[in-house]
Amino acid sequence: MNINPVAGAPHAHDGDSVSRLMGLVLLALLPAVLYGVVLFGWPAVNLLIVTLIVCLLCEAGCLWLAGRSVRLGLMDGTALLTGVLLALSLPPWAPWWIGAVGGGFAIIVGKQVFGGTGQNVFNPAMLARVMLLVSFPVEMTTWLEPHPWLSGSAPGFLEGLLITFGHSEIADGVTGATILGYARTELVMNHALSQILPEHYHTGFAAIGWTGGSLGETSAILVLMGGLWLLWRKAITWYIPVAMLGAVLVLASGFHWLNAERFADPVLHVLSGGLMLGAFFIATDPVTSPVSRGGQIVFGIGCGALVYIIRTWGGYPEGVAFAVVLMNAATPLVDHYLRPRAYGRTWSGQSRPISERAKHAAMGRDAGSGSR
Amino acid sequence: MRLHTFRGGVHPPSQKHLSADRSIEVLPLPPRLYIPLQQHAGAPALPVVTVGQKVAKGELLAREHGVTSAPLHAPSSGTVTAIGDFTAPHASGLPLPTIVLDTDGEERWVESEPPPDPFSRTPEEVARQVGAAGIVGMGGANFPASVKLSKARQAGVHTLVVNGAECEPYVTCDDRLMRERATEIVDGAAIMLHALQAPRALIAIEDNKPEAVQAMRDACQNDARMTVLSLPSRYPAGSAKQLIQLLSGLETPSGGRGTDTGLLVHNVGTAYSVHRALRYGQPLISRIVTVSGGAVAEPRNLEVPLGALAVDLLNYCGGVSKDCARLLMGGPMMGQPLPGVEVPVIKGTNGILALTAAEAGEAQPASPCIRCGRCVEACPMGLLPLELSKRARSEDWSGIQALGLSDCMSCGSCAYVCPSHIPLPQYFAFARGKLAEQRREERKSAHIRELMEQRQARFARAEQAKAEAAAKRQAAKKQRAVVMEEED
Repeated sequence: MNINPVAGAPHAHDGDSVSRLMGLVLLALLPAVLYGVVLFGWPAVNLLIVTLIVCLLCEAGCLWLAGRSVRLGLMDGTALLTGVLLALSLPPWAPWWIGAVGGGFAIIVGKQVFGGTGQNVFNPAMLARVMLLVSFPVEMTTWLEPHPWLSGSAPGFLEGLLITFGHSEIADGVTGATILGYARTELVMNHALSQILPEHYHTGFAAIGWTGGSLGETSAILVLMGGLWLLWRKAITWYIPVAMLGAVLVLASGFHWLNAERFADPVLHVLSGGLMLGAFFIATDPVTSPVSRGGQIVFGIGCGALVYIIRTWGGYPEGVAFAVVLMNAATPLVDHYLRPRAYGRTWSGQSRPISERAKHAAMGRDAGSGSR
Repeated sequence: MRLHTFRGGVHPPSQKHLSADRSIEVLPLPPRLYIPLQQHAGAPALPVVTVGQKVAKGELLAREHGVTSAPLHAPSSGTVTAIGDFTAPHASGLPLPTIVLDTDGEERWVESEPPPDPFSRTPEEVARQVGAAGIVGMGGANFPASVKLSKARQAGVHTLVVNGAECEPYVTCDDRLMRERATEIVDGAAIMLHALQAPRALIAIEDNKPEAVQAMRDACQNDARMTVLSLPSRYPAGSAKQLIQLLSGLETPSGGRGTDTGLLVHNVGTAYSVHRALRYGQPLISRIVTVSGGAVAEPRNLEVPLGALAVDLLNYCGGVSKDCARLLMGGPMMGQPLPGVEVPVIKGTNGILALTAAEAGEAQPASPCIRCGRCVEACPMGLLPLELSKRARSEDWSGIQALGLSDCMSCGSCAYVCPSHIPLPQYFAFARGKLAEQRREERKSAHIRELMEQRQARFARAEQAKAEAAAKRQAAKKQRAVVMEEED
């Protein structure tokens, strides 16, 4: 009989684990990843692989330097997930070093310098994306129209290697701005949305993701399905996604109603860019979001509002990464002020007395009816 | 009646099917019983018997010592063979003073008058009788029932809550007691209502025990003061604070008493013991214990004399298999791991469990906290378990108090849901120990300071006395000199 008397209660567990959680999130991302690969071909595969390998190598190296178990550290799946999220937010035909620099930055600067899993302040993938966007604006905003696999326009394997690892200039004909970027440029020139949108934007294509954009962000529907599946499996809670999407919807609806020629409709906002991926997969990162329900709702609303503000009035056409990183910085503050009210205490933490009236009224009208 | 709700909580698999359908069986009398002197909150009881003394069943073995202490009685007739230290039912395996009783198998009861009708006695007398019978909270709190009864009557409690929630997985002793001895429980509850001078009782049972709900409804259908309520099953619905909140929507003020809400919670086993004590004059000398778990051959519900060893119970249930990873007293959520099988059953023991590794959920080592907030969602007290454990790890004792460590009731919900498998309640237990140590140190240094001050004051007084004496001597000398001068 191998009795371990040292372990304390509880002697039961619901069987969940960090690696299982990360596995679920990766599984939920799979449709979006596959779709991105099909849409953008071999260069996207190359970029994904480079990013993942660099992330895993950096994680392993840091764990080894810190004297921790490399196997356990890699097994938790957090580094893999960071790599996938970063790759999904990159332009699919970006050169290999974008993925490598981003992956290394995400793991080393974004996560391990803080102390590894659970210690980082910022979402590593988003921090890396912001760094890349600020440092390499040309590479990070070179978008291309879909080049679906097996179609005539798709690059072959060797061509793909050249695009990712070589110096081949992407022909001008295949690139174009995303709808958010295009609309932004046109609006600056005082063109009305009714002139801008019809040729470049189609709600149906935006929903299924038949459009230019980041590797895994184009298909709002596939990302949404993955997110709903995560909700159903209880890997995430609804507070952050609903608050974030809700904030964007409310703001976009309001301004669109005020001036439809200047402010895009809410559906365009929700289906475009990285909002859906951000709401379900990035802002919900447990490490960098608040712990309480109230805190998560505030965090989600903050993310959504910042996304809309940056998209509409900011210097960049897309703001999910900036919004999430900014709200990450606010997380300790939110956590400090939005705590659940403890049982038997007031919100300020004092003991919460019961009034005589409440004591007798609490049991309903039948209280004392039996005292005959 | 409309039920309220409480925050947090978890839904562990109930596992009650292992033993719920087994009727209560009487454990064959073990040849030797071990009765620890401390089976209750408060100070250990004081033995009133000597080694070699023959005692009858129900005879007083040790009397209470202090307010929240309780007396102990002989669970069977026999001879006291030793009063010494024996392994306590605690993870530490530390010994506690214990009375060892060799049973003679005669089960000879102590002679006593049949008690008068409890309803003809005053509430004070009833409460005193409950105290004299050694009855403590049998849900595991071990607080003397008589103290609770008299304090609650003074506080003006209007509702007695008879707690049959039994939210711990595996444990089915209250379930069986309610199914098989419902009339006795209802009678005990009626006696407690008399002791409280309260108008009504609510009998609260989780809805995973429909047979018990039915049995209790049948038993109290002629008493308009009693209502049986079926509660949604959620751990820890059986905790007094959460049960009060479920029934009344009121929260026991932090640092206050449950009776501040006008409700008093007593376990069904306590009600049953009150019935035995007030109707038949029998003290608390036996209880129902569930023996269960994946490593027990035949899980059962046993009526056990206090002082029987866990090994007696386990052997009667077919022994423990090799894959036993954890031996527990109590349920898996809050139970004490036992240092071995040679540990006695006490008044608060509701279960002896032998769990396999898969059941005990110890497959994974702890990994870093990912701040997922599940512990915050699960905490029924509205605390931040992850922040508390962080403070405990960094030894920030004032910080951990500010976060409300004293509100934590160690229900274990946080650790049950933690995906990083962090043993959160163990951090809290560690912090509690440290804080208690700190308080002891503070008291000690305050005491020493006081002694020092007294000593200094004493010295000062002595100095002063000496100075005064010297001054007096001086004055006398002078006087003498003057007198001598005059004489000259």
